[in-house]
Amino acid sequence: MSILVGGDTRLVVQGITGREGEFHTRASMAYGTKVVAGTRPGKGGQTAIDGTVPIFDTVAQAVEATGANTSVIYIPASGAPDAILESVDAGIGTIVCITEGIPALDMIPVVEAVRRAGARLIGPNCPGVTSPGRAKVGIIPASIHVPGRVGVVSRSGTLTYEAVQAMTDAGIGQSTCVGIGGDPIIGTTFLDVLRLFHDDPETEAIVMIGEIGGSAEEEAAAYAIEHLRGVPMAAFIAGRTAPPGRRMGHAGAIISGGSGTAAEKIAALEAAGVRVADSPTQLPKLLLEAGFRP
Amino acid sequence: MVGRTAGGRAKHRRRAVEIPGCRRFVAAVGAGKCDSVRDCTGAVGAAPCYDRVPRAGDRRQLGFRPGAVSTSGVAGVKIQEADAKSLLLAQGLPVPPWEVARTAEEVKAAAQRFLDAGAGRVVVKAQVLVGGRGKAGGVKLASTAQEASEVGSRILGMDIKGITVRKVLVGAAAEIVKEFYLGAIIDRASRRIVLMASAEGGVEIEEVARQNPGAIHRVSADPLLGLLAFQARSLGLAVGLRDPLLNQFVVIAEGLYATMKANDADLVEVNPLAVVAETAADGTPRERLVCLDAKITLDDSGLSRHRGLEALRDLDEEDPTDAQARKLGINFIHLDGSIGCMVNGAGLAMTTMDLVKHFGGEPANFLDVGGGARHETVRGAMELILADPKVKAILVNIFGGITRGDEVAAGLIEARAQQSRAVPMVVRIVGTNAAEAARLLQEARFETATSLDEAAEKAVAMAKGAAR
Repeated sequence: MSILVGGDTRLVVQGITGREGEFHTRASMAYGTKVVAGTRPGKGGQTAIDGTVPIFDTVAQAVEATGANTSVIYIPASGAPDAILESVDAGIGTIVCITEGIPALDMIPVVEAVRRAGARLIGPNCPGVTSPGRAKVGIIPASIHVPGRVGVVSRSGTLTYEAVQAMTDAGIGQSTCVGIGGDPIIGTTFLDVLRLFHDDPETEAIVMIGEIGGSAEEEAAAYAIEHLRGVPMAAFIAGRTAPPGRRMGHAGAIISGGSGTAAEKIAALEAAGVRVADSPTQLPKLLLEAGFRP
Repeated sequence: MVGRTAGGRAKHRRRAVEIPGCRRFVAAVGAGKCDSVRDCTGAVGAAPCYDRVPRAGDRRQLGFRPGAVSTSGVAGVKIQEADAKSLLLAQGLPVPPWEVARTAEEVKAAAQRFLDAGAGRVVVKAQVLVGGRGKAGGVKLASTAQEASEVGSRILGMDIKGITVRKVLVGAAAEIVKEFYLGAIIDRASRRIVLMASAEGGVEIEEVARQNPGAIHRVSADPLLGLLAFQARSLGLAVGLRDPLLNQFVVIAEGLYATMKANDADLVEVNPLAVVAETAADGTPRERLVCLDAKITLDDSGLSRHRGLEALRDLDEEDPTDAQARKLGINFIHLDGSIGCMVNGAGLAMTTMDLVKHFGGEPANFLDVGGGARHETVRGAMELILADPKVKAILVNIFGGITRGDEVAAGLIEARAQQSRAVPMVVRIVGTNAAEAARLLQEARFETATSLDEAAEKAVAMAKGAAR
């Protein structure tokens, strides 16, 4: 098992003919992900990726013809909210939106529509989800992973790669790595992913990569106290030295008015029994200290 | 934007009044019967400005329902009070007229126009994008045009929290009966727009949150239907308003919500939302609600789809590097240390800064070159780092995913060939095309590192060596 994506994933790529869409679809397929369809309105009937993937005009047609159950979106910000809603309408259960720069107000009704439909949205502005050895949906480099039993959840992109690489180098494999995205309004939170890991029999330990801004890490810590007693957990929080009031790239990463600081998050996590690293390279050591046996 | 005021909410707007002698504005007048500038009141006293919405820490400490309101991503483009007022006006909100002046002479002329039109006193307010203007002496009243000019010359050029005041807002002083707070924010935890109101307006709302959290009332707009009238009404009732002010409040609350939606704002705040005493045209005294101050921040992801909003970015208050960084498409924040950092990805860039600090150094900047940076972007970013004379060492940390390591290496080599001063540099490139990058860097004799910790440690040592 793994969470969100795995051997039963049948992926439709929205925006498969674009530069990013095509590049990362190739990488996903090379990793063994079942890419069953792509969409590009007006190019239905053609094929992509050297004739191996059929293109459809709509997600609904792709689902009908191929049984796609998961979508990934590589469509510019102006069209991405609509692409998410199109997936929801077509009955897709897991939607991964890589697109960055979607205005926050656009996402408010979209996440509500996703929720009402009972679907799951990862992102936007996220690197995607990889279940090592099974499926890779999104842009996380394949080379950093080995299969294993540690679940990884992160708000960041390249920082996740850093942490996962450190784990792989130390011989600690991963069950699933989920990049939830750095925007203020996202479909799936830390808390949601922790619940999924909690229910996944193959995930035995958890690594969380957080950053300044918001209160998602604190909410995750509260959940850990209640439900993850005895589960080895380690975390890293980026932005300990970030100045208040300045936005550090991610729309979410800001210390506003003294809240959302790294110190508050670290304190909440440590109170929940989560070991917090000073550098991502320490995460493997902390997992072992927390009782994880690879 | 202001042009749209003529069309606003029929229920709310009666008419537009042109003040004789005022070149700069056409006053959109709210629900009341404004016939003169006296009616169209401006702010008075210590202008209530604040830096932030209530803190998450305050909530915990004070027993707010967890997640009821989380701090929004108040991080976008801050705009000046005068521009914020224009955006409110465009949605039909009652905002008293104002003028913006950049010299004491302009202040004098503007004050004269308000006084001629019937104002008893005028208020002169510093236009800076930081809170606490009143406390800093950036808000003053004047009874004559000459006095306004003197006040203006004192405020213009004043330093408020490190920012030089370059312009002031001039308006008629209001006769304030009571002050409220009203704000709309994007609440991440509930993933909705939340409106907050308090009867304790005119002071820093975070003070209220700290001392009397029960005094802040809130409603969540429906994510699909928007802010509903009954929600706005319940908020008005909660802060103690009754007819006829309650109806005015509902219209204003709906207007704040509309302003947020119309401009992709992260935050729209009116503090104070004031009940002011006025004299109607027929001589009868009356009270009405007006927006005496306004604070708006815009979501920069939404800027491109609103014509004219980009122009509201106040270049006077920007670091000169900001515009250059925007042109390059990178995220750059100037800091005070000696170690220049170039990293791909915001989280990793913050982490790199944290590690520099951990090893005893001080970062000179936050710099995220973004995903898939090309060599010319890398070159431009390096110029930006080197433009800071305090930079004594440079740390480049790239974890290639979309970004190709060899492309970054090529950019670094180009940059070094052109750079005006020699600064020691350590480069760490891993991930996509790292091997090609390593070869290029080795040929060009760059100092490299394999791990992030090693790179940070080396950069700190280099900066200390250069300082000696």
